Amino acid sequence: MELDVLQSIWFFIWGLLWAVFFMTDGFDLGIGALLPFLGKSDSDRRMMINAIGPLWDGNEVWLITAGGVTFAAFPKVYAVMFSSLYTPLLLILFGLIFRGVSFEFRSKVESIAWRNFWDACIFAGSIAPAILFGVAFANIFQGLPMDQNGYHGSLIYLLNPYGLLGGALFLMLFLVHGALWLSIRTSGPLHDRGMSAGGNLWLGLLVVAVVFLIATWFSTSLYSNYLSHPILFAVPLICVLSLVCVKFFLMKKDALKAWLASCLTIVSATFFCIIGLFPNMLPSIPDAAYSLTASNASASQLTLTIMLVIVLIFIPVVIGYQLWAYHLFSDKLSTHDLAEDEAY
Amino acid sequence: MDVVLLSRMQFAAATMFHFLFVPLTLGLSVMVAYMETKYARTGDETYLSMTRFWGKLFLINFAVGIVTGITLEFQFGTNWSRYSEFVGDIFGSLLAIEASTSFFLESTLIGVWVFGWKKLSRKAHAAVMWLVAFAGTLSSLWILLANGWMQHPVGYTMRNGRAELESFMTVITNPFGLLEFLHTVSGAYVLSAFFVMGVSAWHLLKKQNMDFFTRSFKIALVFGLVSSLFVAAIGDTHGVHVAQTQPAKLAAMESHWETKTHAPLHLFAIPDEKNERNSVEFGSIPGVLSFLGYHDVDAEVRGLRDFPADERPPVLLTFISFRVMVGLGTLFILLTVYGIFKRNRLADSPNYLKLMLFSIPLPYVAIELGWVLAEVGRQPWIVYGLMRTPSAVSPIAAPQVLFSLIAFIAVYGLLGALGFYLMLANAKKGPVTASQ
Ligand code: HDD
Ligand code: HEM
Ligand code: HEM
Repeated sequence: MELDVLQSIWFFIWGLLWAVFFMTDGFDLGIGALLPFLGKSDSDRRMMINAIGPLWDGNEVWLITAGGVTFAAFPKVYAVMFSSLYTPLLLILFGLIFRGVSFEFRSKVESIAWRNFWDACIFAGSIAPAILFGVAFANIFQGLPMDQNGYHGSLIYLLNPYGLLGGALFLMLFLVHGALWLSIRTSGPLHDRGMSAGGNLWLGLLVVAVVFLIATWFSTSLYSNYLSHPILFAVPLICVLSLVCVKFFLMKKDALKAWLASCLTIVSATFFCIIGLFPNMLPSIPDAAYSLTASNASASQLTLTIMLVIVLIFIPVVIGYQLWAYHLFSDKLSTHDLAEDEAY
Repeated sequence: MDVVLLSRMQFAAATMFHFLFVPLTLGLSVMVAYMETKYARTGDETYLSMTRFWGKLFLINFAVGIVTGITLEFQFGTNWSRYSEFVGDIFGSLLAIEASTSFFLESTLIGVWVFGWKKLSRKAHAAVMWLVAFAGTLSSLWILLANGWMQHPVGYTMRNGRAELESFMTVITNPFGLLEFLHTVSGAYVLSAFFVMGVSAWHLLKKQNMDFFTRSFKIALVFGLVSSLFVAAIGDTHGVHVAQTQPAKLAAMESHWETKTHAPLHLFAIPDEKNERNSVEFGSIPGVLSFLGYHDVDAEVRGLRDFPADERPPVLLTFISFRVMVGLGTLFILLTVYGIFKRNRLADSPNYLKLMLFSIPLPYVAIELGWVLAEVGRQPWIVYGLMRTPSAVSPIAAPQVLFSLIAFIAVYGLLGALGFYLMLANAKKGPVTASQ
């Protein structure tokens, strides 16, 4: 295959991996962030945690794979992206570390203070990554201050208005997504709380999304690909339509369909940005000559070819067994399940 | 302090910490899968509670292993960005393959195992644990092929100022990586066997749940004996390979300064790096080093003085790590062989049980020192012969790294303490028996 075709394919695989990561880990981050608000009692909170218990770890591997694939297919992007975004990335990782062990640790000691501590870690370790991923990606869309000597910015710089808006957007997307998943897996008051939180948060999401779309026009050049190929506007259209469907299914009290619509919203929102970015991966603000693109940052043709074969074989297999796991663990939890030895 | 030193310290802290948990994951998953298979086959409830008890310790350990692995996946980019650009083609691919073939399988199925007791048949549930064990082993194969490539780069060409892939097959059949894989996994099995024996010994000494812990002990004993022999055998082969591929490391491992045929092995020595000699050495047996390195007593072994001073690894650390690892490896063989003779009289051998209890940390020491040997002995190269460590570091400011290093130490210190505390508490609690 031609090198430039391979590079474009890899660019979109790269986007797809991030999209799937946001779609899957999004709802467990969302539930973590909702923990103190919807979990009124300890058994509520346990129910929320057990609703994602069997799945969160497999979801997080999409992040690791997105990282690994960036390293393999676009080594230069991997190098610059993670050394430039050093502090936010480490904050995300520390958040995920505390969150990850909290699930396992929280019920292993009979003490209220112990549990409260880990619940606080779950909350902080969910909300901080949710926001920081948004901040990081919005800054990438906007362009990073990079020249021939590399990146010149700081954490404070990244917290510019558009960056913060990106953070708010991701958080809202994940909160809605999490509330819906909670409703799928629970019944009774917790289910109802999930549904009504989903409805209220949906309104907030709508507002943030509209502001984001407008700000994107002014702060980034994401729309230029769309203006030159108007057919591409189908993607943001799908995004808007699926967002409307979320509300529609919420009103019909169908949590599963609303959640699926929310999945589509997240994936199409990510693709809206990725398509707008193409072929840039890390645009430079002062001068486009320093931007990293799918062509100037990629691995060799041989690596791209071999990795493509590997990914085309294994990712479908992964999706297969993950769907099986989702199928096993999409039933409604009961208080009976919390009595089991293995429950968190 | 400069960025290079800080980044090295941070990387060392992060990997060494990750590797406190990984070996037990690798070995205990196999033992738990074996116990559960026994239960699925025989229906014997003791095997079920063994699966549950050891499975719980496995899970606590696993949780810390996973979260510390995630940071590692990104550390090459955060702290070694020039290295990442240089080797992404090959090294990055191996990490991506690891994630897509192994981490997914392991992480998805562990969720199924923990929450799937009621949803799957006994046999299917045991099969899930076997797959978890398989995925963990597979992941160590890929990561060690990646490390093996840094130790002994093969299958690449230099193009566009970086190492580009030339032959994928050569990369994944790199003997250095394959030897590392066999040696590390068998070392992990030794560690897990000693862990199970040590915890069992504690309960046997307290005379509680005798049947349960005698059986656990015996399973681990066989596992431990076989892997102790294997780890030493592979280690020997590995040493020969190191002699061929990294002669400076071999010389540092043995604190061998002067190039000689019939090179001797010193039973005891104290390296003096400044004066390029050993300040003390005795118990020298001629020809043994030549034999160990090349399986030939007459072979010539290059001494450290024949390497330019800027191509020598730190001698003292490399030397001590090797000595202690090999000494402990020998001890593990002795302890397990002795155990085989005592196996039917365990409860009447309190001294042996005590010894085994206090031996729990020893394989941890051996396995960490093995890595210190491998990684410190590779210095000053990050990719042997191709790229030096100082030219690999990210162009970032030292205070940023200092700050993150402190954060790592604080966070990992807390996690480590809590993780081991929980393992200890649950290990002491003992099994939940069927009647409870
Ligand atoms: C319980 C753990 C354990 C035990 C008992 C041993 N080792 Fe080991 N050794 C390791 C655990 C380990 C390790 C941590 O897994 C290393 C680090 C890199 C590697 O491949 O394995 C290692 C590295 C390592 C290396 C360096 C490889 C390199 O430079 O990359 C050599 C030459 C040996 N070992 C040789 C031995 C010998 C001759 C042993 C005789 C008893 C021995 N090891 C016991
Ligand atoms: C888990 C077991 C491992 C341990 C305990 C370990 C330990 C260490 C230590 C102590 C150092 C510092 C050496 C020095 O600077 O003097 C180091 C460096 C490094 N190791 Fe490892 N290592 C392990 C596995 C790996 C693997 C599997 C890889 C690659 C896939 C790797 C890649 C590196 C890199 C990139 C550095 C930094 C550069 C350098 O100092 O040379 N390590 N490691
Ligand atoms: C320095 C290089 C290393 C990197 C980048 C790395 C990366 C990772 C990552 C990202 C995870 C989490 C995966 C998940 O969520 O399932 C992980 C876990 C794991 N790693 Fe590492 N790792 C390194 C060294 C090693 C070594 C040397 C081994 C084995 C010999 C190993 C074996 C494992 C295993 C078995 C797990 C599964 C869970 C556990 O640790 O308990 N890793 N590693």
